[in-house]
Amino acid sequence: MTASTTPTARGDVRRPERSGVSGRVPWVLVVPAVIGMAFLVLPLAGLLVRAPWSTLTQRLAEPQVLEALRLSLVTATAATAVCLLLGVPLAWLLARVAFPGRRLVRALVTVPLVLPPVVGGVALLLVLGRRGLIGQWLDSAFGVTLPFTTTGVVIAEAFVAMPFLVISVEGALRAADQRFEEAAATLGASRWTVFRRVTLPLIAPGVVAGAVLCWARALGEFGATITFAGNFPGRTQTMPLAVYLALETEPEAAIVLSLVLLAVSVIILACLRDRWVNSP
Amino acid sequence: MSSRLFRWAVAAPLALALAAGLTGCGSSTPATSASTSSGGTAKTVTVFAAASLTGTFTELGKAFEAAHPGTTVRFNFGSSATLAQQITQAAPADVFAAASPATMKTVTDASLAGAPTTFVRNKLEIAVPADNAAKVDELKDLTDPKIKVALCAEQVPCGAAAVKALDAAGLKVTPVTLEQDVKATLTKVELGEVDAALVYKTDVIAAGDKVQGIPFPEADKAINDYPIAVLSNAPAGDLAKQFVDLVLSPQGKDVLTKAGFEAP
Repeated sequence: MTASTTPTARGDVRRPERSGVSGRVPWVLVVPAVIGMAFLVLPLAGLLVRAPWSTLTQRLAEPQVLEALRLSLVTATAATAVCLLLGVPLAWLLARVAFPGRRLVRALVTVPLVLPPVVGGVALLLVLGRRGLIGQWLDSAFGVTLPFTTTGVVIAEAFVAMPFLVISVEGALRAADQRFEEAAATLGASRWTVFRRVTLPLIAPGVVAGAVLCWARALGEFGATITFAGNFPGRTQTMPLAVYLALETEPEAAIVLSLVLLAVSVIILACLRDRWVNSP
Repeated sequence: MSSRLFRWAVAAPLALALAAGLTGCGSSTPATSASTSSGGTAKTVTVFAAASLTGTFTELGKAFEAAHPGTTVRFNFGSSATLAQQITQAAPADVFAAASPATMKTVTDASLAGAPTTFVRNKLEIAVPADNAAKVDELKDLTDPKIKVALCAEQVPCGAAAVKALDAAGLKVTPVTLEQDVKATLTKVELGEVDAALVYKTDVIAAGDKVQGIPFPEADKAINDYPIAVLSNAPAGDLAKQFVDLVLSPQGKDVLTKAGFEAP
């Protein structure tokens, strides 16, 4: 594996090897790192050990599994698209525009990170539900109700996942060299053109990393989804919901479903990482 | 960079993972024996009970503590299936009260509990929002496609009972959602997100005036038995049995029937 030496948009050159620091790897770092790794990997090993390998193919062939998987992939991707559309401008606003109450807004935007997802789901019901603040108006004006629909799943997932995107894009914006934007502006570019032609290419890796994180979070979303969108096979039953219900009666089926979700997400993330995120 | 060390850093967790995987299967027994070592000196009774028993058992727990000064009753309320799983995974518990014989069976099959006793029965009712805007008044109304219905998922006891009752009535209902437990189903009614749901009578009573309950005759065909048992490895021993006795006593019956449960 050779690291690339192509200049990045930032203008600096990626070093072929981090040869600046040499010497022994300190045990103080290695030991906790290994424990940390084991802590994250062991539960996965547990799933693999307890998986009912003999009946695996038979269980996978059940139409409900594929239906739930398809729904999970579609809704997570749609939620990521929504997050990109709304989250990138929001991150830009937080990083580049000084407005009163910016710190408060930043804190509020990250609320879904600390809110238990089930509470998030109830909150969504209170606002967008059939009798919610906005929902009752949507219902009476357009006859649109969001709970118990696939759109509802996308909304719940986007609500929970968006902070991940906003935080990483904002971080990228803060780290990006603002002199490029200033140079573009002195050459007469409008703020929108600067954003489109300079800022966005500059922070592209940050946006991709944020989108990947956001997608992964949306894929695993459970609490807000089951509370806001309910659980109905083919319409709102995503993989995590199917796993939870299978756990009630058939733990083995739940393990199989978890493995499928795990395998699919690892494959997709690995492919994305190689293709989009240049990591050494 | 020292590549040897790096390789070790990668190999070690894998080795650990493998080792844990190999020993993992047999490791559930030591945990149980450790929890029994405290024997009869325990002054705490740990009761695992179905979520629908939250109100009544909390009240009975207080009565038990009053009758046995110095003892504490700790509760773990949750879905019966989840609780049964925790017990089979050696969670330290003294008493298990389940919302269905099937969930109790997973525990007795693993020889983790003595013979269970059915202590109450629970019946389904149609729950509608307080204003009953959709004007639901019998089970047949739930088949109307304009009426949004929430049911429990078939995997949980209230869902299994709902399927039984609807089958007995010869009705086919298409719900908008199959909820993960009875409380979640009831919440959808309380918030007015659905027009009707099938939940237990006890849950309707516990929800107070936020929902209205409508009894229906087919509910008699889908009655849920609640079994209770002292667990074989109960750390609290005799106290656990005394708690079960309290639940089965006239005082216990009184508390339970007031909440809407029926005598077995």
